[in-house]
Amino acid sequence: MESNLDVLIYNFFNLEILISSLPYLWRGLKMTLLLTLIAVPLGIFAGLMVATTCSLGKRWINFCLILYVDFFRAIPPLVLLIVVYYGAPMLGADMPVLAAVALSFTFNTSAYYGEIFRAGIESIPRGQMEAARSTGLTRLQATIYVIIPQATRNVLPDLISNTVEVVKFTSIASVVALPELLRMARVVQGLTFNPTPLVAAAVIYLLLLWPVVRLLSRLEHGLAARR
Amino acid sequence: MDTFLHSFFNREVLVEYFPAIVAGFWTTIGLGVLIVASGLSFGIVLAFIRAHRVKPVSAVIVVFVDIFRAIPPLVLMVLFYFALPLVGLEFSGFVSVWLCLSLVLAAFAEEIYWAGITSVPKGQWEAARSTGLSHVTTLVFVIIPQAVRMTIPPLTNRTITITKNTALASVVAVEEMLNVAQTAQAYSANTSPLTLAALGYLLIFFPLTLFTRWVERRYAWKH
Repeated sequence: MESNLDVLIYNFFNLEILISSLPYLWRGLKMTLLLTLIAVPLGIFAGLMVATTCSLGKRWINFCLILYVDFFRAIPPLVLLIVVYYGAPMLGADMPVLAAVALSFTFNTSAYYGEIFRAGIESIPRGQMEAARSTGLTRLQATIYVIIPQATRNVLPDLISNTVEVVKFTSIASVVALPELLRMARVVQGLTFNPTPLVAAAVIYLLLLWPVVRLLSRLEHGLAARR
Repeated sequence: MDTFLHSFFNREVLVEYFPAIVAGFWTTIGLGVLIVASGLSFGIVLAFIRAHRVKPVSAVIVVFVDIFRAIPPLVLMVLFYFALPLVGLEFSGFVSVWLCLSLVLAAFAEEIYWAGITSVPKGQWEAARSTGLSHVTTLVFVIIPQAVRMTIPPLTNRTITITKNTALASVVAVEEMLNVAQTAQAYSANTSPLTLAALGYLLIFFPLTLFTRWVERRYAWKH
């Protein structure tokens, strides 16, 4: 009879299966990184648009923006993805999977990034804008060159933390069969009847994000100590 | 416009699947409440243990926190549900999701509590201890009340973000709202059940999101 440890190693740390699954996991990892490279810049850009428009202080515009932000913060990303993925073809818009994923991720991340940037911009004293305007900068220039850089610095930990969340939730794209890391791991698991690839995928996420999580924890405590 | 109404707000389909989705709605709520209760309290326990500053114990807690902050919750659920049975640990989908999300929430919550505790100046500890309060009494009556103010806004935010992940339970066959809606969608070849589920999630989480906004303003740092 084999010992429990042997069973554990055979199922979770099976070297043979790990090696044969590596090419698949590598393909999956590349897709995960591609998704991140699409969702993060789009989300940051849209979030900045939301936040700067908010800083104009027009009442009804702000109302609409808050509605937009809270709507997409309230809907679970997986629900949004599934509605977009299965809903778009019903309207005759045949969308490739990647586009559906990118679209729903951008809605979600822009809401979160928007909220973070809004807090950052609000943390900058009014005098900064007035001083920048008085040197002859236009409102747009002042926002881009004076306000946003300072705001970004103030909310850097939140921005990084949200980016970690984005990388993590690219894994939900596996549900609509986009071949990212988790999806590939499950495919190989299905072929080999062995969950080692799943463990490997978890370890890859961990290796990818652990340094960032460490950095984040330091930044957060650093900020708390400075107050 | 007609296609839109037919696909997303189809009355017949909506009426037919309404009861099933309401049942899923309650499963989602139950799962969410369980996760919030166990996640937040486990997080408190961890922060409490860490506050005693025993080095090896703290190191274990930090590693636990980092792992559950870095691995995507869906990956954890899939591991729990599909991999653990092979080594003899079998959980139902519901329990897998409950355990995974509670652990994730506990990790984030511990980090937030801990940041709150360390944000209270050292002098407060020393002053309290010098009046004769014990370590635990100081923690409970002096440090935690001050830390709470710093902790509440990020904690409510994080709790909601993690509780939203109950939708992921649909992947491990828990019959919560999204799962029921997807089954209904497959049967009826119509997206209306998904609309209904999305509305259900809005019904739960939109007020909560507004609530975090209020909390953020209420506990904001006055400059």
